[in-house]
Amino acid sequence: MSALLKIDGLTKAYPAVIANNNISFDIQQGEIHALLGENGAGKSTLVKAIYGLVKPDTGIMHLNDAPFAPAEPRVARSAGVAMVFQHFSLFDALSVAENIALGMERPPPQHKIAQQVRVVSNRYGLPLDPDRIVGDLSAGERQRVEIIRCLLQDPKLLIMDEPTSVLTPQEVGILFKTLRKLSQEGTAILYISHKLEEIRELCETATILRGGEVVATCDPRTTSAGEMAEMMVGRVLHVPERAAGDVGPVVLSLKNMSAPAPNAFGTALSDITFDVKAGEILGIGGVAGNGQDELVAALSGEVTVPAGMIQLKHDDIGRLGVNARRKMGLLAAPEERMGHAAAPDMSLTENALMTGLARKRLSHRGFLRWPAARAFAKDVIQAFDVRTPGPANMARSLSGGNLQKFVIGREILQAPDVFVVNQPTWGVDASAAAAIRQALLDLTAKGAAVVCISQDLDELMEISDRFCALNGGQLSEPVAAQGLSVEQIGLMLGGAQQMDDAHV
Amino acid sequence: MITLEKRPEPSQFWVFATPLLSVLLTMVVGGMLFAALGQNPFVAMRTIFLDPLFSEFSWFYRPQLFIKGAPLVLIAIGLSFGFRAGVWNIGAEGQYIIGAICGAAVGLAFYPMEARWLIFPLMVLAGALGGWAWAMIPGILRTRFGTNEILVSLMLVYVAEQLLASMALGPLRNPDGMGFPGSRNLSQYPSAANLELIQESAMHWGVVAAFIAVIFAYVALARHLFGFHVRLAGQAPRAANFAGVNPNRLILICLGLSGTLAGLAGMFEVSGPAGQISIDFNVGYGFTAIIVAFLGRLHPIGILLAAGLMALTYIGGEIAQSNLGLPGAAIQLLQGMLLFFLLAVDVLTNYRITWQRGRA
Repeated sequence: MSALLKIDGLTKAYPAVIANNNISFDIQQGEIHALLGENGAGKSTLVKAIYGLVKPDTGIMHLNDAPFAPAEPRVARSAGVAMVFQHFSLFDALSVAENIALGMERPPPQHKIAQQVRVVSNRYGLPLDPDRIVGDLSAGERQRVEIIRCLLQDPKLLIMDEPTSVLTPQEVGILFKTLRKLSQEGTAILYISHKLEEIRELCETATILRGGEVVATCDPRTTSAGEMAEMMVGRVLHVPERAAGDVGPVVLSLKNMSAPAPNAFGTALSDITFDVKAGEILGIGGVAGNGQDELVAALSGEVTVPAGMIQLKHDDIGRLGVNARRKMGLLAAPEERMGHAAAPDMSLTENALMTGLARKRLSHRGFLRWPAARAFAKDVIQAFDVRTPGPANMARSLSGGNLQKFVIGREILQAPDVFVVNQPTWGVDASAAAAIRQALLDLTAKGAAVVCISQDLDELMEISDRFCALNGGQLSEPVAAQGLSVEQIGLMLGGAQQMDDAHV
Repeated sequence: MITLEKRPEPSQFWVFATPLLSVLLTMVVGGMLFAALGQNPFVAMRTIFLDPLFSEFSWFYRPQLFIKGAPLVLIAIGLSFGFRAGVWNIGAEGQYIIGAICGAAVGLAFYPMEARWLIFPLMVLAGALGGWAWAMIPGILRTRFGTNEILVSLMLVYVAEQLLASMALGPLRNPDGMGFPGSRNLSQYPSAANLELIQESAMHWGVVAAFIAVIFAYVALARHLFGFHVRLAGQAPRAANFAGVNPNRLILICLGLSGTLAGLAGMFEVSGPAGQISIDFNVGYGFTAIIVAFLGRLHPIGILLAAGLMALTYIGGEIAQSNLGLPGAAIQLLQGMLLFFLLAVDVLTNYRITWQRGRA
């Protein structure tokens, strides 16, 4: 049997970097094929070339033995290639059926689309009501809209870019069932991910990219996750290790903290209660949009709450602003790096000044001490191995992982008593992620408390002492992280409040 | 095909080159415009840009640069803080008028008392307060009710103009003026006059205030926390919030600052070069200052240079009007063109133009 898609010697160079260098591999009909690689390994460029968003410099592709060089996505789609992006392109205010109609060249009447959606969603076990408004859907349901939109085109090859990053374990299960069914019916799936266990569970073949080149092809069902990780990174990965530090007294305590939603699409926080002790990491899991940003804002002081709700050591800090809380030892790093944790058009020195002002004494009577700020920025760059020519460079010139190291390092070097961090390794490559996790563990070893909010459950299981889940603005009761099973975590994330079941 | 490609870092070269390039483009297109009006474009450009400085009457025109430039600098410095922070005060003209009315009113209230040590400082204070108060109207409306400060501040200019006319015809009219509109001439009332500090130099207190404002702005932006917060709020509002900047407070401070400086400019103008409150007292400094602020890259030194250039076009425009018979509107067109070209070529600072072959 000849391959569905043959890629032969594909190369694409950008001014500063060769994104894809002489890439060749085949995708068979009905195969679930993993494309594995770190950030910047060239995965996105490659799939964009297949989907007609990027024109390769050299190289040939064949689809069903016919030459295939899509000039734009429309051509790729009509040839039978469909793609589900990591970031959804849906209109919140429209219904599911209307959103699907928008992506079509000649949309049939609404009721026909609705009917088709019901048929497809039943057939592949993807529950979805075509009349619901997209703004009310969860991330998992939104992804289903995108998948069904693709399936309506009856594709031969379905490309999925990091599809599970926004899903709960239960939703991942549903997705995998659908993908397996599609593959049995003969649709090939190109599955992009860096989550190794997932790939081992789902895929038959894996092509591993590193630095824009194919470095290995393997059968993930028979290759261990460790081996694949080494092929992906090119060296042995450093696994974070924890010094068994003593857990001290409670340093941060929240009592029935509630806060209204900041805007129409925000989440209200209700009755959040937890204690964090010195020397421990409290992991907070949950799917994005369940109040993570709001919780960080309420803890950092960007949003103030009534007195009595937040206590830092012996002080009631609910009504204090950001800098007052910083002075008292509570530091935070929000999720969005560009424009929130850092100002993209400002230099690293200025970005160091942004939050370091209070604790590092970078100003004197309102006047800025630039040399001290520059020295602080240099310390952060050095201590956290931030790859940049120097502190005078703009934040926006740094890659995502480097900027994240800078943002986390900036707070850690201020020696916080409590550090609140949201998505510490989101969009960060494996080695930088390991370094950041190690830094968080080191911080607790020195006696600080860390609240780590993340969607990456593997990460939370790796570093947290206790775990709880945020769902619809409510927090489950924290339980010891060790020994929690995937099912229990899934139930917590899903908002099941039978915490007795979840206790170990 | 021409495409724009975002630069990883803004180009240092183009930050300085865009103002020069836009001046050049303005001269070229302006020249074409004057040619279409039947003028020799080279003579027209020489008259506007060079004659005020180098002609045989330049001894008269050169000091005029201070007179026209000082209010532009004062107002533009104030505006530049707001513009950096994303607070768009378009109504400096109104704040300028109210500052002039308040300053003049205080001076006239004491007439004919002789106590310069008391009256002139009081007038300065009144002018600053008047401009500040007028700017607080859009400020409070925005922070309390979320109104758009661009519209409110702009519309308040027209309210201020009506107020100016009614003052010139009513309460502030010169009782000895045989019923003509307009107030007493403050420059002939020694206790209230904003006189030349050095003979024949046209250096009045407004010029001094403008230079002080430039120095203060420079220090604030480069060295002080306030300037840092202003820049942060303009570039990344959420990051500013995270750094502990209270956005409403910053809006009020920026509007208050620009209103105060515009009010001061109005007060120095009415007690000096203009001399009196009259129906057509304002000549558009408040609007031209917007161009000056952007042409000067919102940087104090840049504003100083840009104000000089704009003052030049004012003076040169007047010469061209009387000597060449160019319509006054042609000069305003030239000033407008300058801002237009500046905003257009500004794209080069953050983007580079690349040529690409058309895709198949």
